[in-house]
Amino acid sequence: MAVLREETLGIQSDADVVRVRQMTRELAVALGFRLVDQTKIVTAASELARNTLVHGGGGAALLETVHDGARRGLRLTFTDKGPGIADVARALSDGYTTGSGLGLGLGGAKRLSNEFEISSAPGQGTRVRIARWV
Amino acid sequence: MADDKAAGDRIPILKMGEFLLVTIQVEMHDHLVMTLQDELTHSIVKHRARGVLIDISALEIVDSFIGRALGDIASMARILDAETVVVGMRPAVAITLVELGLSLPGVRTALNAERGMALIRQSLGASGRQVGGGSS
Repeated sequence: MAVLREETLGIQSDADVVRVRQMTRELAVALGFRLVDQTKIVTAASELARNTLVHGGGGAALLETVHDGARRGLRLTFTDKGPGIADVARALSDGYTTGSGLGLGLGGAKRLSNEFEISSAPGQGTRVRIARWV
Repeated sequence: MADDKAAGDRIPILKMGEFLLVTIQVEMHDHLVMTLQDELTHSIVKHRARGVLIDISALEIVDSFIGRALGDIASMARILDAETVVVGMRPAVAITLVELGLSLPGVRTALNAERGMALIRQSLGASGRQVGGGSS
C-alpha cells in the first residue's frame, strides 16, 4: 500500500482532538469522499482521538492518504503509551467504559470504518488503526 | 495561543421570552460542551425558562461525547421543568449517529427552529400551562 500524503498530530488536549477532526476532514475532502462518508470518518477520528487523550493519557495520530491498487482511502493510526487494554474484546463491546463516556468509542469507530485493527496490552499502550475507502 | 483562544470560546445563550435559544456555531471541543451544560442549567433557573431550543445545524459532526452531552442537557432541563428540543441536525450527522450506535434517547428533535419552537409550545400547552403570555 502506497502512502500519498501523511500528517502526524500530537494529542494532548481537547483542542488537539478538534485539530485531528479538522485535518481528517481536510484529507477526506481532498480524496473526494462523499459528505456522509466524510462525516463517518471524521466522527470515527473524533472518537479515537478522545480515547487516546482520555484513556491513553495523550499520544499521537498519524493520518495517511493511501493508495492500494485501484482503491484510495484514508488510514488513521492512533497510538498512546497509556495503561493499555487488558480485554480488547470487552473494550470493543458497546456500553463498556472506564471513563465518563458512553462506551461507544471503539465499537462505534469500528462500525464507521471499513477496516479496523487494534493492538494493546496492559502496560504497553494502545494502537488503533482504521481505514475507510473512497 | 490557539489553545487559549479555544478555551475562551463561549456558546451564547439567548433569552427569548420564556425560551432559551442556543445556536452552536463553533467547533465543539469537549471543554466547551461541559461549559455549555453548566451555563445552560444556570440560565434555565435564572430566567425561569420553560423551553430550550438548541440549534446544531452548523455542527459537522456529533460524536458520542457531544451526543451524550445533548442527552444530559435535556435530562437536566427536564428536572428543572424545561423542555429541550434539538433542531437542525444535518442528514449526514443523523446517519452517522445511528451507525455509531447513538440514537439520542430522551432528546426531542425537530427539523428546524420553527418546528422546534412549535413542539415546545405544544408540549407546554399539553401539560396545562399558560404559554406565550399574551392575554391573562
